[in-house]
Order: sequence, then structure tokens, then C-alpha cells
Amino acid sequence: MKKSYYQPEDLKNFGKINEWNKVLGSKFFDYYNSVFEEGSLSAREKSLIALAVSHVVQCPYCIDSYTKDGLQRGVEKEEMMEAVHVGAAIKAGAALVHGVQMMNKHDQLSM
Amino acid sequence: MKIKSLKSRKDSLAQTEKQLAVLNGGIFKDGTLPKFKQKVKSSNLKQVRPSRLEILQINIGYMCNQVCAHCHVDAGPDRKEIMTHETMEEILMVLKKNKIKTVDLTGGAPEMHPEFRWFVEEIRKTEVEEIIVRSNLTIILANKKYNDLPNFFARNEIHVISSLPFYKRNKTDRQRGDGVFDASIKALKMLNAVGYGIPESNLELDLVYNPSGAFLPGDQNTLENDFKKALKEDFEIEFNQLFAITNLPISRFLDYLIASENYEDYMHSLVDAFNPSAVKNVMCTNTISVSWEGYLFDCDFNQMLDLKVNTTSKHISTFDPEKLIDRDIQLSQHCYGCTAGAGSSCQGSIA
Repeated sequence: MKKSYYQPEDLKNFGKINEWNKVLGSKFFDYYNSVFEEGSLSAREKSLIALAVSHVVQCPYCIDSYTKDGLQRGVEKEEMMEAVHVGAAIKAGAALVHGVQMMNKHDQLSM
Repeated sequence: MKIKSLKSRKDSLAQTEKQLAVLNGGIFKDGTLPKFKQKVKSSNLKQVRPSRLEILQINIGYMCNQVCAHCHVDAGPDRKEIMTHETMEEILMVLKKNKIKTVDLTGGAPEMHPEFRWFVEEIRKTEVEEIIVRSNLTIILANKKYNDLPNFFARNEIHVISSLPFYKRNKTDRQRGDGVFDASIKALKMLNAVGYGIPESNLELDLVYNPSGAFLPGDQNTLENDFKKALKEDFEIEFNQLFAITNLPISRFLDYLIASENYEDYMHSLVDAFNPSAVKNVMCTNTISVSWEGYLFDCDFNQMLDLKVNTTSKHISTFDPEKLIDRDIQLSQHCYGCTAGAGSSCQGSIA
């Protein structure tokens, strides 16, 4: 076994998940591909959203994919970094807003 | 980034056999990825064969005022190889004897050839319908003697195809050298001023986009819209079409891929993006590429790999259209570059 949980080459083999369950795997890939088609949001906007979410869910495969996808679409590095900050801000906000819960609990327990 | 040609660096990749060894070895030798020929076969497609000869693409020399990081010609100011007058005469004879729709002049910077203007004017006297000049734009400003090139192009109804890797300074200069973007913008304005790329004019000005790194070009139409919007808004520049061209893994781009440890991933991207419907339109089906020495090749890339046409008519002096149309194309793994995604050719997407 390899010594790391993440192997870059695993991304190239993503499609292999179909080998063990083609029905569900195909449903996922069909859905996935449909999501990223041009729609009310452009494919370019969706790519930037995907890049931000990739950071929030800390998926190294997704980060590689959507950095490359952005480059192919002519997305600039400044735009990519702003998208990452949007994701990070939401994640930081999600942590910090729990501070209110902490304050409430503190006050409830305190005399 | 200041770079020199592989040849002047005495880099081993300046030797074509080293490049072919890379393309035939490693992941293609151990079976990780299929060779191009096998891929075509396993996709139930016919092998790539010429269908008609429409375009003669002529490389009149490797000298260039720029040294671009991705250049597949390994061109630059230190390259002295240029076509002789005798070879140009031989080409003119071929153009007079055969029906060839388009002549596509490339280099290096073709305008730097001392006989460039004479050659263009002689080609205009033949029945060739279209003359393309692949201009790097900055040559127009490189020296006073080139400043009137836009007028010369217009007078001879040249179809100008120019490289502009991006509509912003940063990415352009990283790929093509400092100051290239500003000079290109000035040159584009000069071309617009004589009527190139203007909607009501018949003087065609197309731009070539190729990715500035180890990734494939995005959708050509989307990129064209982005380029048109940005160049119009920021610089009031107009052009006709944008051609999105994939960087092929040869010469300086191959050197970059290996040095940056992107080679294997890039080849995986090309193979994954193999598009069967691009195969029938690859440019080697309708083009013959002529080298500065007069040798004949399936395409400009095979010229740089020194893979001459697979027929006895290997030189412009023995040009035989019947033999050439009946040849097998010389294929290697770089051919994946022309069949990836929407496909790629000197005229952009093909699928």
C-alpha cells in the first residue's frame, strides 16, 4: 500500500468507480456533467464556484481540476484567489457565528 | 523570462531523435497510454490519410525577433536558417503548375526574410486564391523598415494571422517575452488603421490563442467573445476570428513540460480529450508543409521533428501531387495535440 491517503493519479481513475457499480456511478457522472453545462449561470461562473467549494471541502483532486479548468477558460489568478477567499470567508463565518451559541451558553450557565 | 533557443543552449532536445524518443518512450512504451495509431484504430476510425491538397504551408526560415517559451520551431534571433532564392523559385514553379488554393507563410518571423516581399508579390501573380502570413505582430515595430508592413499586407490582400496569447499584458509577456503585449497592441492598431479586421473591410485579421502553460485551450467561441470584448473595450481593437490552438508537446514546449514535471499529466490530458470526430479534419489531410530547405512534411510539427513525407516525392524540386495524395501520414504521440477536445489546427478548432 502507498504511504499517503491521496494519490494524484487516483483522479485519472475516477471513472473506475463505475466498475463496481455502473448504475449509481453513471447516474452520478451524468448529473455532474449536467450541473456544469451552460445554464442561467455560465460554465465559467460555475467553474469559479466549484473552485471555492473545492477549498471549503478541502478536496485536493477538485482543487487541481478546477484550477486547470479555470486556466483553460481564461480565468485569471486574481479571480481564482478571490473565489477562494469567498469560500474561506463563509467557512470562517460558519465557525465564528457559533460564537453566539457559545455566548448564549456562557450566559445561561453563569450567575 | 529571457530564454534562448534549445539549439543555442546546446540542449539535447534540439535533436529531433531525442524528442521522438521521449514521445515514443515512457508512458507510451510501458502501455500506460495508447500510442496515437492504436488509439485511432481502437476507436474504429480509418487511419489518417490525405484527402485533398489545398494548403501549402511554407516555413521560409527560423529567424525571429522573439523567443517564445512555447515555440515549436525553436525560432529566435540566433537562428540563421533561411530559404534560398532557388527554393523560392522552385515553389513558384509548383504553384504555377498545380491548383493550390492557399499559401500559408510562416517562420520564425517570415517578414525578416530579405526576399519576403518579392516572394509574396510573385505568389500573387499565380492563381493562388489566398495568401496567409503568420505574423508575430511585434516585427512590425521591431525596425523602421518593417513599419509599412500593414500597407504591404493590404496591397497584396494578405490574410494576416497573428499570435496574441491573451488579452492582458501579464500572461502574454510571460509566454512571449517582456514588452511583447504593448508592441502587439500597437501593431494591431496599425493593422486596424489600414482596414484589417474591420467589419466592412475584406482584409482579414485573425488572432491565435494558445494556452500559456500546461493546459488545453478552452472553448474557441467563448474565448473569441472574451478577446473581442476585452480588446474592444480596453484598446478599441477589432479582429475577425480567434483560433484556439493546442500546444503540441515538441521542441521548446516539450522542454518546458519536462522541466516543470508536467509532461505525463499533459499527455494524459491530451489522450483523455481525444475526440474521434476531430480525426477526419486534422490539417495533414489537406496541407503540405515545406521547410526552408524545400523538404516536404505532413505538417509544421512533423517538419520540426524531421519526419519527412512518406513517399518518394520528398522535396519541392520533385513535387508530385499524385504521389503526395497517396501517402501515409507520419504519426507519433504529438498528434494527440491535434485531436484533443475540439481539435486543433493552424486554422483553430476542427471538430
